[in-house]
Amino acid sequence: MNGVHDMGGMHGMGPIQYEKNESVFHARWEARVFALMRAMGAWGKWNIDASRHSREVIPAAEYLRMSYYEKWFTGLVDLVAKSGLVTPAELESGKRAKDSPKATPPLTAAMVTPLAKKWNADVTRDVPVAPSFKVGQRVRARNINPTGHTRLPRYARGKLGTIDRDHGIYVFPDTNAQFLGEKPQHVYSVRFAARELWGEQAAPRDSVYIDLWDDYLEPA
Amino acid sequence: MTRRGFVTGAGAAATQGHGHGSEHKHDHSHQAVPSDLTLRVKALESLLVEKGLVDRAALDALVDTYEHKVGPRNGARVVARAWTDPAYKQRLLSDSTAAIAELGYGGQQGEYMVVVENTSKVHNLVVCTLCSCYPWPVLGLPPVWYKSAPYRSRSVIDPRGVLREFGLELPEDVEVRVWDSTAEIRYLVLPERSAATEKLSEDQLAALVTRDAMIGVAKVTLPQAGAQA
Repeated sequence: MNGVHDMGGMHGMGPIQYEKNESVFHARWEARVFALMRAMGAWGKWNIDASRHSREVIPAAEYLRMSYYEKWFTGLVDLVAKSGLVTPAELESGKRAKDSPKATPPLTAAMVTPLAKKWNADVTRDVPVAPSFKVGQRVRARNINPTGHTRLPRYARGKLGTIDRDHGIYVFPDTNAQFLGEKPQHVYSVRFAARELWGEQAAPRDSVYIDLWDDYLEPA
Repeated sequence: MTRRGFVTGAGAAATQGHGHGSEHKHDHSHQAVPSDLTLRVKALESLLVEKGLVDRAALDALVDTYEHKVGPRNGARVVARAWTDPAYKQRLLSDSTAAIAELGYGGQQGEYMVVVENTSKVHNLVVCTLCSCYPWPVLGLPPVWYKSAPYRSRSVIDPRGVLREFGLELPEDVEVRVWDSTAEIRYLVLPERSAATEKLSEDQLAALVTRDAMIGVAKVTLPQAGAQA
């Protein structure tokens, strides 16, 4: 979707606010939201693409106003409700419905350290899918404007680039976010000259490398 | 105050008298002040624990892991090893995930790593314009500025201006490469080693390497005095 989250190339967002010796979390509730998101993800009721999309659909003005973990919290409430793990009545009352059986958490404390060290992200696929493009080939990022989730940023659409490397076969976010199938395909690092993206104002030899799925590209 | 309505924020809005009509009853109220957010998060956690969906001890372990065990010191060890062991550096640049795993680092948000090398002629900078993708196992969780609109919007269109804001002025003949983390591949910058660090040990080098240098918004420099021992 052409949301405000897709902000590469925008002006007017102000100076970078750098905090020296920044702590990992700025309040306990931020830490709890982070942990709740990881722990609830272990139910496998949604995937990373659906999770990202739950934050992208926050209305633009709210998205810009909210702090990072407020967006996470909003997305998490949306995910637990849509997945049916929690009912609207339970979210409203804050109490477990009397007829709802008590579950067993899939993530225990003992599992946390091993998972933080070694984790299968489950986004690559060992299936035979041929790449449509070769390293060194000129390509154009398609001019598409899907209303759902996509990882093709607006600033690259319609632009010419070169395949720099083939990262292998990954699940396709546009369909996966909507639970419409994994559509595994090659992901490439595509090099775009800064001047192709931004015109003469850019430095002549600078470039931007963007990781793009096969379906986002066409031969140039 | 009760838990009622605090998860969705409806209760918070009512408490503050924002006067939402009944037709807006199920809208999220995003007018909550931070204390309301504290209460809403607590309400959600209590509900999820009560339903047996999460284990409080697991939440504590997750917070402890990312507050204390995973952070940029990991990445600094990788960089220092690459600076002192040419064969390791080769492996790090050709198969980054495996080379990083040699030092015991890997896992969530670092499953598919690519290390890019800064030299006197090439400067790399990492961003995620669409959200906040960042290599957790080697850098920990990202700082607020990395996840915020000013950095995400401008680093692709004006990387040199962004670097200037960080106090880094690059000569015109240095090529800037910006890496926008739009997929599941995570990027780590291998900073350029200063000739002035020639006599330092691997441990001393690791102590010099900063998070910012591994994102690409800074260079690794010697402190004004003392470190040359």
